[in-house]
Parts: sequence; C-alpha cells; structure tokens
Amino acid sequence: MKAHLTRRYMFSASHRLHSDAMSVEENLAIYGKCNNPHGHGHNYALEVTVSGPVDERTGMVCNLVDLDGFVRREVLARYDLQNLNMTPEFSKTVPTTENLCVEIFQILQQGFRLAHLERVRIGETMLNSFEYAGGAEIRK
Amino acid sequence: MVYLTRKAEFAASHFYHNPDFTPEENLRTFGKCNNPNGHGHNYTLEVTVKGEVEPRSGFVVDLKQLKEVMNNEVLDAMDHRFLNKEVPEFARKIPTTENIAIAVWQRLAGKLEKARLHRVRVYETPDLFVDFYGED
Repeated sequence: MKAHLTRRYMFSASHRLHSDAMSVEENLAIYGKCNNPHGHGHNYALEVTVSGPVDERTGMVCNLVDLDGFVRREVLARYDLQNLNMTPEFSKTVPTTENLCVEIFQILQQGFRLAHLERVRIGETMLNSFEYAGGAEIRK
Repeated sequence: MVYLTRKAEFAASHFYHNPDFTPEENLRTFGKCNNPNGHGHNYTLEVTVKGEVEPRSGFVVDLKQLKEVMNNEVLDAMDHRFLNKEVPEFARKIPTTENIAIAVWQRLAGKLEKARLHRVRVYETPDLFVDFYGED
C-alpha cells in the first residue's frame, strides 16, 4: 500500500534578492527591503515528501536514516549557515525561495533513489511557504 | 466538494522488530527503535473528509459524529497503549508511522456517514508525518 512520508529539516541562511537584469530602481521597487545590499537571513523549514509502497518487511516507505543522510549531505551541508548568493547556483539566479525550492527538488530527484520524490516545501518564515512538485499537481 | 479536517492527539509506545530478521538485521534496519522495551511519542492525528455541503445543515459531515468515530475506533484503542502488544493490527505488522496511518484509515473507512475519507495524516513528531489516501 502506498503512503506519503514527509520529513522536516531546519536550516538558516542569508540571501539578497537582486537581479542584474533590472536597474537599481527596479530592483528596489520589486524586492523592497529584500534588496538590501548586505543581505538578510531566515530560518528555513524544509519539508521533503517521498512516496512509495510500504515495505512489508520494514513497515517503511524508505528508511529515515537514508533520507536524513542524503538531505544532510546534499542539501543542509550546502546551504545551512551560508550566504545563498555565494553558491554557484545562485550566482546568476535570484535566490528567492521559489528558486530554492526548485533547486532542492532537483538535487533530491537526481540523487535520492530509494523512494519517489513527491514534493519539496519550504517555509521561509512562519507566514510564507513555497512548494514545488516538478510541475506535477500538488496533492493536498 | 469541501474538505474538513479534524485533529486529535494520542500518546503511545512502540518498537520496531521483524521476527524474520536476525538480531543483527533488526538492529541494522531499525537502530534505536529496535529496543524491545519500547519508546513513546505524542502522536497527532489529522483526519480529512470530503463531501458536498448538505444544504439544510450547512455541514459536510456532522463533526460530533466524526469526533465520536475517531474516539471509539482509534483513540480508545491506541491512546496510552503499547501499540505492539495492545493493538491487534500490530501483532504482526510493525507499528511504523506508515502502518499506523494505514490502520487508522482502515478503522475509520466505512464507519463515516455521508462524508468520504480523503486523507489520514499521522505526525509521529512535529518533524515527521505520513499521509495515507487509501488504496489508490
């Protein structure tokens, strides 16, 4: 029987929203405070949802030790306590949480093979959250 | 279609063990969760039902009835219990969060009047939950 398993991870990072494709005034108009040249930070709450048949021998969709290990190595080690703008993927792309969602989804989709990746959700603050399912409809 | 979610909490203990595995396999697969004396969690259960709004009452489901079914079928059986030893489903199945969500679904399905069960979500901790949508 198929079940969906969601695990939440916390990480903290700084970023600055600024696009080289726009003028100084446009950047300020669109990004407001988030355009502050010195950046600012968030405590991000990352939720990873995977799905698959529940293995009768273990009762699990996938072993949490494997999922946690992968996310720690490939995602948290990369972003926790970092400035997102300094990472190669956000040297040209604006590190909005939309783009971060897509980036993390792709890291998981390409590297984690032990269950089907359903979606990535990131809470940027208690009031904002973003979800990406690789273009698929998100099941509620 | 309107969706309605009712939340409940229960506290229970469990451990993970497959009698077909060797002690080494059990320890390797389940780690600390293999401790036969068990350990516990405060589980949060969210039951989502769906249906059309009944024009006379304005309800999708009678919440009182939903609450009673959840109490009778799930909480009375699982709250303050050792799941492996006291809940029949887990005499053979390992009481992982996945299997608890499936067991809750099976206990509720068919007991609800009018509204259809959409999703059972079980939080083992605030950082881990499982969703079950039935056998689709």
